[in-house]
Amino acid sequence: MDSIISAASVIAAGLSIGLSAIGPGIGQGNAAGQAVEGIARQPEAESKIRGTLLLSLAFMEALTIYGLVVALALLFANPFNV
Amino acid sequence: MYPEIFDSNMFTLLAEASVGKHFYWNIAGFLAHGQVLLVIWFVVIILLLLSVLGTQNIERIPSGFQNFMESAVDFVTDIARDQLGESFYKEWIPFIGTLFFFIFGCNWAGAIIPWKLIELPEGELAAPTNDINTTVALALLTSFAYFYAGLSKKGLGYFKRYIQPIPLLLPINILEDFTKPLSLSFRLFGNVLADELTVTVLTSLVPLIIPLPIMILGIFAGSVQALIFSTLAAAYIAEALE
Repeated sequence: MDSIISAASVIAAGLSIGLSAIGPGIGQGNAAGQAVEGIARQPEAESKIRGTLLLSLAFMEALTIYGLVVALALLFANPFNV
Repeated sequence: MYPEIFDSNMFTLLAEASVGKHFYWNIAGFLAHGQVLLVIWFVVIILLLLSVLGTQNIERIPSGFQNFMESAVDFVTDIARDQLGESFYKEWIPFIGTLFFFIFGCNWAGAIIPWKLIELPEGELAAPTNDINTTVALALLTSFAYFYAGLSKKGLGYFKRYIQPIPLLLPINILEDFTKPLSLSFRLFGNVLADELTVTVLTSLVPLIIPLPIMILGIFAGSVQALIFSTLAAAYIAEALE
């Protein structure tokens, strides 16, 4: 592989996973904070809130995972690797 | 070039990352990833054994193992009922339940069993869900399932939902049919592979104790991903049925 392409791929892989972690991080923080507030207000609804929270956290995490898949494609299955 | 970097490290002997390396089988001109099939068969055999053992000597008042199996079936029944509603959930329990148990079994088989002790000529045994082919197959099955559900309930009237609420949304509605399996498969694949890679990288840095919390997180994430996948499949089917 051309060294400039491999350097660019590594930097892009780092950027893609790093940048895609920002948004879900903020979102998960918001969701978890709201869930804690809800549990504090209504402790008897805890199991229901926990289930919904886990499900929505996994949805947000999926966004970071997309970034990870892009990073992995750049590192291990680089389409420009001729 | 990257896999060689991982392989060259002495400490990665038990946890080498071989992304993109496969134990190829040539079946009728098609290349199959043998290491994935082997673990899938293992998981299927385990699930079959459990269900056969659980349904032998059924008693009116369950105890022991039968109790455990009944609570497992209750769990997937709840997933289906929560999403599909009382009137439709019964006929979709087998599909949703199979998805859940299969993905759960695959994730846990990869996380718990030390497959690295078994040597293969190339590639390595791991969770079958860390191969994109497995997850894409499961996601496409889900796509077919919700098309079948919608078409069998409403006939060709099913396609009316593409121009609802307004015909302007037609492209977005069509696009949704492609993004659904895409996001389903990428979510499962990425989560499982991310976990295995994290464990590998940590093991190559510090071989003892430190990777343990990540491994436990992997077990937890594996079960959550199985739950998510089956819940989403049920939600998509419910969307097609409504």
